[in-house]
Parts: sequence; structure tokens; C-alpha cells
Amino acid sequence: MVRKIEGGPDVLFIDRHLIHEVTSPVAFLGLKSRGIKVLYPERTFATADHNTPTINQHLPVADPLSANQLQALESNSNEYGISHWGLGHQKNGIVHVVGPEYGITQPGATIVCGDSHTSTHGAFGAIAFGIGTSEVEMVLASQCIMQPKPKKMRINVNGKLGFGVTPKDVALFIISQLTTSGATGYFVEYAGDVFENMSMEGRMTVCNLSIEMGARGGMIAPDETTINYVKGREFSPKGEAWDKALAYYKTLKTDADAVFDKELTFDGAAIEPMITYGTNPGMGMGISHDIPDAAHTEGGAATYAKSLGYMGFHEGESMIGKPVDFVFVGSCTNGRIEDFRAFTSLVKGKHKAANVTAWLVPGSHIVESQIKEEGLLAILNEAGFELRQPGCSACLAMNDDKVPAGKYAVSTSNRNFEGRQGPGARTMLASPLVAAAAAVTGVVTDPRTLIEELV
Amino acid sequence: MSLVNTKAKNYRLWTIDYRLKNMAYDKFNILRSTAVPLPIENIDTDQIIPARFLKATERVGFGDNLFRDWRYNADNTPKQDFVLNNPTYKGKILVGGKNFGSGSSREHAAWAIYDYGFRCVVSSFFADIFRNNCLNIGVLPVQVSAEFAEKIFAAIHTDPNTELEINLPEQTITLLSTGEKETFDISPYKKDNMINGFDDIDYLQSIKPEIEEFALHLPI
Repeated sequence: MVRKIEGGPDVLFIDRHLIHEVTSPVAFLGLKSRGIKVLYPERTFATADHNTPTINQHLPVADPLSANQLQALESNSNEYGISHWGLGHQKNGIVHVVGPEYGITQPGATIVCGDSHTSTHGAFGAIAFGIGTSEVEMVLASQCIMQPKPKKMRINVNGKLGFGVTPKDVALFIISQLTTSGATGYFVEYAGDVFENMSMEGRMTVCNLSIEMGARGGMIAPDETTINYVKGREFSPKGEAWDKALAYYKTLKTDADAVFDKELTFDGAAIEPMITYGTNPGMGMGISHDIPDAAHTEGGAATYAKSLGYMGFHEGESMIGKPVDFVFVGSCTNGRIEDFRAFTSLVKGKHKAANVTAWLVPGSHIVESQIKEEGLLAILNEAGFELRQPGCSACLAMNDDKVPAGKYAVSTSNRNFEGRQGPGARTMLASPLVAAAAAVTGVVTDPRTLIEELV
Repeated sequence: MSLVNTKAKNYRLWTIDYRLKNMAYDKFNILRSTAVPLPIENIDTDQIIPARFLKATERVGFGDNLFRDWRYNADNTPKQDFVLNNPTYKGKILVGGKNFGSGSSREHAAWAIYDYGFRCVVSSFFADIFRNNCLNIGVLPVQVSAEFAEKIFAAIHTDPNTELEINLPEQTITLLSTGEKETFDISPYKKDNMINGFDDIDYLQSIKPEIEEFALHLPI
């Protein structure tokens, strides 16, 4: 913190500023009109992800508006001396996938980006949150942001996760309990043995979804798992700088007697594979349950009816057997190698259902390469699946990967709002295993019924 | 709000002069207006401004695309039953259901609201990032109790011409037909900015030497 303002927000120095093509152009225009330069270009990293096509990336981008935005990011980055990983660059990928991959994300760092899923980096014990374009401009100009101190919430999950239950399910479960506004005004810390035993990628999935319950950010205390992940990555500190950083990381733990404004505890063993049935990420349930009636949900009956009406679902129905037209595996939530390993392990030896269009989109070129090197691509192709190229893709359908109106998609992404994946699209959020089960049966299916032993 | 930085007196003078010439948005003092009711809960920013409109590289045309998919059919004909297409309801104040502005951090949602003509959004609960974006660009988010929100919706339903008065200096919102009022929260810093039409960048520029000094001593 640089300075505290009486009766106002703190001035927070930002260690790492991630930018992408959608929320930066107007910020750079602002800098130009003020005649200011970027204060610390070396702390700023740009990648193109939201608008990029996920096939034929070697060809010029067809949509002129997308092409224009991508060009703006490139010109602005070059003008101000910012690293730019555009379409076709080896390091290109989804911003919250490549940041950690390249060691830009470090424990204890303050990290912001004009994207609400910046909370992903909290998995490293970083203070990471999403900001709007005006704040992007602020950070470019001064490397600082004005931030009021949030309240603190701790969510504990203990116990052994059941068979077929993934970090995505843990997150969707928590959000279903808290609702889409239950953590607004809070920064959340996830604690308990479920998180201690979780891989970094799993932690990233959980922290990524913190915003979906209204939390500004979500964090998991850094430990040996974190340090082993971070060590040696391209932009991680090296040599003497690493020793200094490591000493700093070891100081980053929550005091044993820390007091939180709110504290909740859940039993990990009680969590099932989840699926959403409504139009916000909080409207999810265990896949074996029936859609609750309005009386048992939070919020008004009119809004609930509108939501179910949009989805074409009804109270009391089971989700099992519901038709699926599209399956999307990817996004900053579940676009990493462990997600593709999970998907592949279930579809191995089976075949994609004829009625399903599947979009498998790796989060980065590193993930894409690993899928190939580990032999997963061969298994996927054998099962009738094609692998696309990195980008945000169908998560928000700014590129051509749009789900048509009225069609149902099981998606490993993070939002099922009305029209999120395309006007009129109907999204069901789920884990890569639930997505895989839907992809091979063509309907919503409990993955646990399909496979005895999952990798 | 403290601009005092004894090491940078000349920055302070520069800043005040700069601010007077470069107000970021309309100043907000007392707003008296009819209001547009949208009693839907959990209105997310994808509804306020769908993703396909985020491809703009300038802040242009956002008012036309406010609530686009609730407002227009696929063939661009207006949806008759959406409140913005109903001439009975108009005004500079939008009253929304609880948890207004959830989801994506897109500031474009606040731009769409401002560029359409609203200067204030009233709700019983705001999502964090959206609330902040509004404050940064000149839309005042006024959070009221759930009961008061109900009263406002009922009043507008009874008489679409009923007016609300938002008094930022006093931090009150009044239903003029009955005189009922509530106070709302806003940080003194943001309040000062909105009353004067200032933004944070001017302030941060004024303390740049302090920031640069701070940056010299960081562990990572």
C-alpha cells in the first residue's frame, strides 16, 4: 500500500498488470489524451484472447471489429513498450492461463486485469482482482489503484472428495450455497485439507470462480505446492532475486488467530459432480438432484420463473437425460492440461455422440503442446474429437464459437447468463468429466456411471 | 479528500488546474427525476451490454446497445414488453432489482447506462466491480433497503410520473410523492469526486514521486 487516504480508499501499488484487447483500447486512448506514458511497462503484460478465432489462427482475422481490436492492442503495446503476445505468438493464450504458466503470477503479488476472472491468480496467494477500463487506465498511468479495504471471509472445506468430484464441482457447490451475491464485498480465503491437497490447476479453477458469488477475489495460502509450481518459470525471480522472493513467500500465511468477518465450513465428502440448471452460476446442484422449486431457492419467484423459462426447464425435473447440442471444454476456468486429461480419460475408447458439436479449446499453446506430447490428442481424435487453438472462445462467444439460439451447451466455463454463449443460448456449467459424459452420450449424464476408474 | 503532499506542491497546483479543464463526466449534485423500473433480480452485465458490443475501440454507441437483447428482437424490431420501449416510463434514474450489475467487470455496462442518459441507478444491492465502475464514470449507485426499493417500485407502478430526488451532498434519496427518504452510503472520497466531476488519475498523477519511491523497495 502506497498511501492511505482518510475516509477514502487506499492507494495500492500493482505488482503485475495483465491486459487484453477488449478492456484496454479506451484506456490507452485516455493516456494519449492526457499525454501520459505507461509508468512501468516492464510490469505490464499483454495477450490477445477474447476475440481470437480458435481455428486457422494463421489466417487474417475475418471479423473486422475483432481484427481492429487485436490491432489496437498490438499498436498500443508497441508504442508503450509492453510485452505483447498476440495471435500467433508462441506465448499467446488466455490471460489467466498464461500468467501463471510463465511465472508472471507470484505469491503475495498484487495483480489486476480488466477481467473479472483475475481472481484466478489468488490461487498463488496473490491479491488478484478484476477492474474496469478506467482503472486499467489508472494502473497504466500510475501503477496504482484506489481500493477500499474489503471484508474478509474464510471458506473451509475438509474431507476427502468423492469419486468423480473435481475442483470445478467444489467451486460450483460453494457458489450454490452462497448464491451469486453471497460474497459481495468480501475477499475470500479458501482453507482446509481439500485445498491443501489440491493441485495448483485445481486451485486456479476454484479461485477463478470466486467472482461468481460476488467476491472481489479469492485466495489460497501459498505452500510447498505453490513454490514448486512457481520455481524456475520464465518470469519467476532467479538466483539471488529468487532467494529474496522465497523468503518473502514464506511470510505469506494466515495467522493462526486471524479473525474473519465471516467464516463458513463445508464437508468435502458431501460434494457431488455439479451441474447448473438456471441462468446464474449459483443456480447449480448435485447432478443426481432434481431442480428445486421456487420456495427452496433464494430470491423472487418471478425472477426464478423467468430463469427456468429461458432454459426450458421446470421445477422438480431431473437434469439426467436432458438433451445436449454443444459441449465446450476450455476457458480460464477449465482450459488447462489437467482438465484435458480428465476429459480424455472418460472419452477414451468411446465415441462422440452424433448430435453433439464439441469445441475443445486449450488455454494456451503450452497446454496445446502438452495435449499432443502426452498422447491425449491421438485418443481424442480416435474418439471423434478435434482440438482447436487457444482463446476464450465459447465462454463468451465474442469470436465465431457461438451457441445458436435455443441450443443447449454443457460448458466447462464460468457463466451461464442468458445469451452468454450467444443470443438465446442455454448454458449448463459443469466439470470436464460431466462435459465428457455429455459429449459421448449426447445427454446430461452422471460421469460416475460411465467409468469405474478415472485418472 | 487529501491532496496534500508537501513534497509536490507544484503537482498540486497543476492538478487543480488540469482538473478544472478536464472534467471526466457530468458533475452530480441534486438529481430530481422520474425513474424507469426494472424489477428483475441479479441483472448481470452480459444483459446490460452483451459481449458482441465490447469490440468497440472507442466509447461510442453504447447507449443504443443498453440491454440490447432484452430490448430488441434478433431482427432489430423493439420488444414491446420491455420497459425501455414503453414511453410511459422515462427519466434519468434506473431502479433495478437486487444484485444489480453482477458478473463480468466490463465497464462498458456503466458506459451504456450513462450514454443512454441515466445518471443514477437505485437498487437494494449492487455487485462490487459494477458499483465501482459506475462511481468512476459518473453514474451514482444508490443502495437502499429492500423495503424502500419495494416502495419505490410500488410508487412508480401507481404513478409513472412520480419523481425521486437524489441529494448527493446530503446522501439522501426521497420519494417525493410521500416525502419518505433514506440515506445511502458513499465513501467521502468518491462523493467528492462525483460532486466535482473528478477522476482518480489526476490524483494519482499528483503523487507520482511517492509511487516511484515506493516501487524501488519491492520484493518482487
